[in-house]
Amino acid sequence: MQTVRVGRVNEFEDPGRKVVAVGETEIGVFCLDGEFYAWVNDCPHQGGPVCQGRFFTKVLEVLGADQSSHGRTYEEGTLHIVCPWHGFEYDVRTGKHPGAPDIALTPVTVQVQDGEVHILVD
Amino acid sequence: MDVRITPAQPMPIQEIDVRTDTRDILAHSRKHSEKAGYADWLIVDIDAHHTETVSWGEVVKFIDDPVLRDQADTYHRDRVGAPPYGLNGDLGLRYQDVGGRIPHQSGIRETVDDTSVHRDVTLSRRAMDSFQLDYMVLFPTPMLFLGMHPQPYMEVVLCNAYNRWLTEEILPGDPKLKAMVVIPFNTPEEACKTVERFGKCPGVIGFTVTSTRYKPVHSNEYMRLYRMIEETGKPLGFHAGYHWQDPSLATCNSFLGMHSLGFVWANMVHMTNWVLNGIPERFPGLKTVWIESGIAWVPFLMQRLDEQYLMRQSEAPLLKRMPSEYMNTNCFYTSQPLEKGNMKAVECTFDMIKAETQLLFATDWPHFDFDSPRVIYDMPFLDEMQKRRILGLNAAELFGLEVKPHQRG
Repeated sequence: MQTVRVGRVNEFEDPGRKVVAVGETEIGVFCLDGEFYAWVNDCPHQGGPVCQGRFFTKVLEVLGADQSSHGRTYEEGTLHIVCPWHGFEYDVRTGKHPGAPDIALTPVTVQVQDGEVHILVD
Repeated sequence: MDVRITPAQPMPIQEIDVRTDTRDILAHSRKHSEKAGYADWLIVDIDAHHTETVSWGEVVKFIDDPVLRDQADTYHRDRVGAPPYGLNGDLGLRYQDVGGRIPHQSGIRETVDDTSVHRDVTLSRRAMDSFQLDYMVLFPTPMLFLGMHPQPYMEVVLCNAYNRWLTEEILPGDPKLKAMVVIPFNTPEEACKTVERFGKCPGVIGFTVTSTRYKPVHSNEYMRLYRMIEETGKPLGFHAGYHWQDPSLATCNSFLGMHSLGFVWANMVHMTNWVLNGIPERFPGLKTVWIESGIAWVPFLMQRLDEQYLMRQSEAPLLKRMPSEYMNTNCFYTSQPLEKGNMKAVECTFDMIKAETQLLFATDWPHFDFDSPRVIYDMPFLDEMQKRRILGLNAAELFGLEVKPHQRG
């Protein structure tokens, strides 16, 4: 296991990310609400570069008390990273697909020490 | 003990967008094929696309009819923000990119400096390079709606203009690019002329009917066309498309639902008519390719038609075999978008359609549901030769494409 320096905390936008290569492994390190998360840049679907996709806020359907539909809205605070190959979405915090939680990104351990963001990589 | 800390290498592209180079978007596909060891296999992509409407101002200059050609030229010169001249279609209902989530579907705006060939050639080369393809069969995109054009003559005019542009400006740019020229199927005598005119052009390896249309494929007026195509020895493809205005899809309120059904529906109807009317018996040398409907529909239709046929044989007296037997001998299928949620079902589907000989790999690049070659390579129940056949050797046999000795496996 090697410790790899990704950058200083204040070098990250929030929300933001840095996608880095460690040997042959590509890893996306995400900053969201001051917390850090890291995922392997390899979509479980077809191996797309998921961490290089766009951010989208989770979409919800608005239902009335009688279960009637009233369009869609965003679930503020829940941010997805979307694989640019096919649109598979993953919660930045959990790495899980919002419609199929069994489909999930591979996690990488992140450590923040003295303002530095490190990841632990095999 | 001190922990040794190494710096990470930032990736040159942090976020993929519409200006990202195709080779960067697809870098993972190339990397996978090199690492897994199939990069030097024969890989043929039977269904890739370019967006011909980006070049529509060029295409219309190839219209034969001088009056329409002038009108089209004026239209593209003078009108601002107008859709492509003469094309019917879905205008603003193009939600394929899921609201911008899939940038390469939104647009391909990457830089192309090479002016020695058409831009579409360069873009296709980049995709071929990334997928490690030996051949790519190019299809148009918005023109897939032409079968619903209110003016059948315009289907004739635009098919032939596109075919001219394709065979004169695009295919000569790279011998790895191939085409199944689009025939104006709603006007059978003109469809025959298109086969005669373009069938022997370099790079033309077959013919395409855009499936979204209401003309019955078994109509007597097509018999001459089928005979002509059979005599060329080149396959006839039915390229699926969606059509939200079809009454059967009128209740679908999402692109997801409409597209899931629409891209299969037209080919299911045509296949049903094709088989039950005994076209494979009438033209036993005519090979058909069913394009971009995935393959999960095929076992359903096989079972459905077989079951009903046995009870109502007198309505299909030309058949000498079960409907399903025609569907896995005379018919070939492109793989994309390969449904793979249930591997037992996928294996059963491969078995029923005789994938080892009938299945042809396709990417559908650059569309939102494209498949990379690893979709076939990663299939757990296929042996190496089966993978090689589906990825390229089946197509080489069907279309008469050159195979290098080391690619035979």
